[in-house]
Amino acid sequence: MQRMACSFPDEVLEHVFSFVQCDNDRNAISTVCKSWYKIERWSRRRVFVGNCYAISPGMVIRRFPELRSIELKGKPHFADFNLVPDGWGGYVAPWISAMAAAYPWLEEIRLKRMVITDENLELIAKSFKNFKVLVLSSCEGFSTEGLAAVAANCRNLRELDLRESEVEDLSGHWLSHFPDDYTSLVSLNIACLGCEVSFSALERLVGRCPNLRTLRLNRAVPLDKLANLLRRAPQLVELGTGAYSSELRPDVFSNLSGAFSGCKELKSLSGFWDVVPGYLPAVYPICCRLTTLNLSYATIQSPDLIKLVGQCQNLQRLWVLDYIEDAGLDAVAASCKGLRELRVFPSDPFGPEPNVLLTEQGLVSVSEGCPKLQSVLYFCRQMSNAALMTIARNRPNMTRFRLCIIEPGTPDYLTLQPLDVGFGAIVEHCKDLQRLSLSGLLTDRVFEYIGTYAKKLEMLSVAFAGESDLGLHHVLSGCENLRKLEIRDCPFGDKALLANAAKLETMRSLWMSSCSVTFGACKLLGQKMPRLNVEVIDERGPPDSRPERCPIEKLYIYRTVAGPRFDMPGFVWTIDEDSAMRLS
Amino acid sequence: MEIGSEKEKMGFEETELRLGLPGNGGSEGEVARKRGFSETKATTMDLKLKLSSKDAGMDLNEKAKTLKKEKNLLTADTAKHHAKAQVVGWPPVRSFRKNMLAVQKGSSEESDMNKASGNIAAFVKVSMDGAPYLRKVDLKTYQSYKELSVALGKMFSSFTIGMKDFMNESKLMDVLNSSDYVPTYEDKVGDWMLVGDVPWEMFVDSCNRLRIMKGKEAIGLAPRAMGKCMRNRS
Repeated sequence: MQRMACSFPDEVLEHVFSFVQCDNDRNAISTVCKSWYKIERWSRRRVFVGNCYAISPGMVIRRFPELRSIELKGKPHFADFNLVPDGWGGYVAPWISAMAAAYPWLEEIRLKRMVITDENLELIAKSFKNFKVLVLSSCEGFSTEGLAAVAANCRNLRELDLRESEVEDLSGHWLSHFPDDYTSLVSLNIACLGCEVSFSALERLVGRCPNLRTLRLNRAVPLDKLANLLRRAPQLVELGTGAYSSELRPDVFSNLSGAFSGCKELKSLSGFWDVVPGYLPAVYPICCRLTTLNLSYATIQSPDLIKLVGQCQNLQRLWVLDYIEDAGLDAVAASCKGLRELRVFPSDPFGPEPNVLLTEQGLVSVSEGCPKLQSVLYFCRQMSNAALMTIARNRPNMTRFRLCIIEPGTPDYLTLQPLDVGFGAIVEHCKDLQRLSLSGLLTDRVFEYIGTYAKKLEMLSVAFAGESDLGLHHVLSGCENLRKLEIRDCPFGDKALLANAAKLETMRSLWMSSCSVTFGACKLLGQKMPRLNVEVIDERGPPDSRPERCPIEKLYIYRTVAGPRFDMPGFVWTIDEDSAMRLS
Repeated sequence: MEIGSEKEKMGFEETELRLGLPGNGGSEGEVARKRGFSETKATTMDLKLKLSSKDAGMDLNEKAKTLKKEKNLLTADTAKHHAKAQVVGWPPVRSFRKNMLAVQKGSSEESDMNKASGNIAAFVKVSMDGAPYLRKVDLKTYQSYKELSVALGKMFSSFTIGMKDFMNESKLMDVLNSSDYVPTYEDKVGDWMLVGDVPWEMFVDSCNRLRIMKGKEAIGLAPRAMGKCMRNRS
């Protein structure tokens, strides 16, 4: 077999490998033999680094000298909910510096939850002559000045996507920095920007880029300007409107409606801030072509929502506020037979009482009426085991199930029992479940079910659940494919963590906050597991100034081949083999 | 599945902490995964850290306390309590989304703003002179200047912050002349003011960002109330 492999010239193997794009497959190819490893590493063009601290930039560059595309993720997921203090880390600077020197032909950078500065953006703009794609998802640390540098210098830029990043808005003029002869824009997402961009610059940019497919505007773009933009880009496939409100005027309405009708390729709509319901019918002509509809910022009531979604027979993805209510979800179940993904967000998450008629029934309806439904994110205030069991039986094809019952510790409202058996039914019936988020009143039993049945589970989020270390032990010992585990406010302590230390090396990361893990256990883990970084995040001061039994605030453990990091702030402590407490 | 037998399998004993390490042979993560977890348990290195019986006793008491506390949290009566004491990061709604909804609510319904604003987050950046990084706080999670002062103190724990009574002129001058830190804020019109001069609710509504300055540098700023006081005097 080995002789046969060597009989092919490298170019032939490289050509064969070029048809294999999936990361896991390329990783597998590289382990076959030394010569395949060599050929594969020279021909790899794209790399995904799920944790920027799991490996150093130098190691990536040494192994893959010819990369064109890199994707990096930084902070843990719970950073989205302000559980990770500012300054924790996730700085992209060392990566950009290293790649600027090593990859002059780099084309794509995709970052998630990382800190990127204007200097970093300027370096990108100067260093990569053929730079094409910049996606900054939930990033922060930069301003519109950095964007101006990218606009001015990246002559081959195709995609600039700032989804949900925090940008310091210094001026809207950055958009004017795209040169007059720049025409290659394919995708622009500036929905997160607060300030007004220069509208005339935007219009001219849109007008001169014939390949523009995706345009997500920010709230500051007024509705009465939207029609003109659409007429300049009738080839748009994805559109995010700006503010969707204006005085109700027939001429503005008909202009808008005509402009929408002219967009024959439009499949995805989002935006809809400050919605005036009277203008919604302007999109009716294109509803039948829509596959994605994001109304999660649209504060419109159920009847208007029903009229809209009722016309979207080809909808595959729907994001909406709980204003849709059970009645609206019944309409979705009846009309949107191709629905694959549903997300229902709370309109009033902090109110003590329900403000809308949305219950578990809405989700049950959709699970019955939509045979392709596989991904759910649902915020509600009541749930029952019966409903969960029905959903599980209806939809064994579910792959992502995230339920957030707003009040922590809420039991089954019919029986006042914990929701263990309901979630147990989900993991038992949905054999391909990859992602699960739990909520409500839950004992250790639910974790027993998860450990027993959730064999394909890769990511689990747990909050205010469980009774003892046994719960955590069930998950760590039973879920064979677990990669990411995030836990908050659960009575899990040292025992399960230490008994399953080996498991942690097979996962990307573990987050535990407001649990019962002691500093002693963290020290033990850090000393004995050199390929894990055990980070204790505690803003009360040095952990050894408190008794070793005192629970730490937050714990983040991740596997790494790069050793301890050197950019930790004062409130992060890590413990290494020297068994000395390391500060930054 | 018996919960009892699970406990036995885990070697659940109060006085020992056992460490489940990968086996001696292949310690590659890949190999451990292939072998499955029953095998890694079999080759576990037992590191018995025997705690004294006294500690074990305390352990159990603390554990009982934590469990009891959790149970209390889980009763229906105290469930309502959660609504008032806003838990950080719960429900898990991202700041961008929270702020977007807040802004839309505020602009569309003036009359409901007082009611709505009680529930909306108010994230502001906090910088401290000399500290290498910014923090963010949600002012809605505090009910008074004292609570904010305690929280800021924790965040920048190596520095001391004075949140003194700014209505007292002599005390104020003491603070401003010392090298203690003084919290200041930028209000909605861009002026920098000393924290503490207006009622708490008004402060929360008008504060754009916080900056914790050295007392000496803050001398140029004067609280609105002091300004009035000084004008009245002359």
